[in-house]
Amino acid sequence: MVALKDLSTDELYAPGHRLCAGCGPSISVRMALKATRGPTVVVNATGCIEVSTTIFPYTAWRIPWVHTLFENAAAVAGGLEYAYEALEKQGERKGKVDIVALGGDGGTFDIGIQALSGMLERGHDIVYLCYDNEAYMNTGIQRSGATPRGAATTTTPAGKVIPGKRGRKKDFAAICAAHGISYTATASIGFFSDYIDKMKKAIEVDGPAVIHVLTPCPLGWRSNPADTIKLAKMAVQTGLFPIYEIVDGRYKLSLKPGKLVPIEEYFKLQGRFSHLLKPEFKDELEAIKREVEDNYRRILSLAGEQVA
Amino acid sequence: MYRKRGKFTSEGIIPYSGEGTTVTIEGPTVCTQIGCAYTGDEAVAYAAKQCKVDVVAAYPITPQTIIVERFSDYVADGEVDTKYLYAESEHSAMSACAGSSLGGARVFTATASQGLALMHEVLYLASGLRCPIVMAVVNRALSAPINIHGDHSDMMGSRDCGWIQLYAENAQESYDLTIQAFKIAEDKTVQLPVAVNLDGFTVSHATESMRAIADEDVDRFLPRRKAVFKLDPTSPISVGGMALPEYYYEIKRQQEEALHLSKDVVNRVGKEYGELTGRRYGFMETYSLKDADAAIVCLGSTSGTVRSVAKQLRAKGKRVGSIKLWLYRPFPTEEFLSAVEGLKALTVMDRAISFGAPYGALCSDVSSTLQNTGSEIKVLNMIYGLGGRDTPPSTIQQAFEDTLQVAKTGEVKERIKFLDVRE
Repeated sequence: MVALKDLSTDELYAPGHRLCAGCGPSISVRMALKATRGPTVVVNATGCIEVSTTIFPYTAWRIPWVHTLFENAAAVAGGLEYAYEALEKQGERKGKVDIVALGGDGGTFDIGIQALSGMLERGHDIVYLCYDNEAYMNTGIQRSGATPRGAATTTTPAGKVIPGKRGRKKDFAAICAAHGISYTATASIGFFSDYIDKMKKAIEVDGPAVIHVLTPCPLGWRSNPADTIKLAKMAVQTGLFPIYEIVDGRYKLSLKPGKLVPIEEYFKLQGRFSHLLKPEFKDELEAIKREVEDNYRRILSLAGEQVA
Repeated sequence: MYRKRGKFTSEGIIPYSGEGTTVTIEGPTVCTQIGCAYTGDEAVAYAAKQCKVDVVAAYPITPQTIIVERFSDYVADGEVDTKYLYAESEHSAMSACAGSSLGGARVFTATASQGLALMHEVLYLASGLRCPIVMAVVNRALSAPINIHGDHSDMMGSRDCGWIQLYAENAQESYDLTIQAFKIAEDKTVQLPVAVNLDGFTVSHATESMRAIADEDVDRFLPRRKAVFKLDPTSPISVGGMALPEYYYEIKRQQEEALHLSKDVVNRVGKEYGELTGRRYGFMETYSLKDADAAIVCLGSTSGTVRSVAKQLRAKGKRVGSIKLWLYRPFPTEEFLSAVEGLKALTVMDRAISFGAPYGALCSDVSSTLQNTGSEIKVLNMIYGLGGRDTPPSTIQQAFEDTLQVAKTGEVKERIKFLDVRE
């Protein structure tokens, strides 16, 4: 596993951008670019990262970067890959270029999933990196297909009768892996060496690879900016966001299962879950806990780990 | 059972019936002309092949499918070096085209109707990022109700997308304009996408005799694309960043200026193509406008019928003429004004409804072009041929007679008329 001292000191993602203090997605991008191995191009979907890193005439990107629309990063990246191949065939360029398509959970789980599915099915040699802050944060914290059950957002507020978002978070990694791609992984910026290692593996894979990284958002999670990394760790430790790899269809847990941290500890640091700690929503909290535990056991079992 | 209809080979085009023949035409042309019989779609596919496109990203839709099928044949048979991206939707097809174009490649795609509508936001993206993509639009009606036949609702619905828009009358023009489109789009002063429109079925599926030019002549006419800027890891640039109110307006203003300036390139390329092939292109083709009192202007396949009816009426001594616009966007304002000078009445035929608007789209353009020029030409608008409704010569003849009547009386009784519709 990569150690802090071994990390590249090159900062391909420059400071001076306009993302919030404690922004998880921003940390995830800086880390991801430390995993690059050579010429790399980033194809960015519309979202927080895009709007805040390239306000014209400035840019935070020291490598080629392109943003087009919200739902099409995977398709644009596919076209770019083919362009490089075609030009190489004509002798007009030479050498491998790594392409990273980058999108938030809204641009990936929801509006961009069709383009992503097409890219995975066609087998492009592209890494798709989804930074997941669990809602449409850029437009003001609206729920997405990645918002966990019970979380309050501006479109799923914690009301008098409905306690936040209904329905589960999509099992995004499984959706990607179901395309038969050889590498899919979930990661958290709370475990940076694991995340960077996974990013490196994804880049090395010949063909499509997907990294789904959890990136807390202090604004949307209503948390202390200083708690971003802590929350990214706790999400994993509570069993809410297990981190694992799916290599050629086989699950491999990235963190040895231990005793799970109680979910309340994680929830109480975030305004979006505060309503769940009130007595009137006790049943909902219990239901969430059962769901999380079931899912965690499911992942353990898929990874061939002993269920405690 | 699937049957390949004819085959294009390096020796020339072998029609599905009979042999290919080399035709040398009279005049100042310097290239080999190959007589052949193809549908509009097949002609476009062959043109794209000869233009040696680097990437095709497309999604099938009637009546465009023949284009992507033929091109897939070339790829499968190793006749082209093209990378073909089989997109899962038109939205992704155009997105991939933008990605490829920004990577420096020559890019081609084709669509129609709902496919163009699904691409809508990506069309603006492609022009805004100055991607010289060439797309064949095989014009077809829009749902609902669903209808697979020809009209111009699709392209007219996206006419403000910042693309150069050309319209072909037949298979020959579809072929010729596709080749010219790459040269126009990729010109270093233009850097804008071009849509080559051909009427669904009437042109796309009708086999016509036409003349192709040899591969070497296309190579001479159209060298490899030299991208003005591209995503190149050796010299990083950021493309498509956020432009706030301080900059957005200037960027769009420059785009508009570039589109208007492209007019000169369209004309120059049309002239060069004419010198090479004997088939001169440009903004428009006019027929017997000199001394005409009445004329009809339209786009696409109907212009053939209009011209032929005008010819018959001329033979009877009626002072009529016609205009076929090859270039719809940017609208050739000055050239149009000089073409119509002297007319007393002009009928503008629109093959799409601009719902709720005073006129169809083309008529709105013509009317606003004439505005403030002191022109006294009476303008009539006729909507026709929606959803593939046939527009026979008799309809055109009536349209000419109505126009002549207005030319005579100076009185427009019906501002907008819907032709051949049960009401």
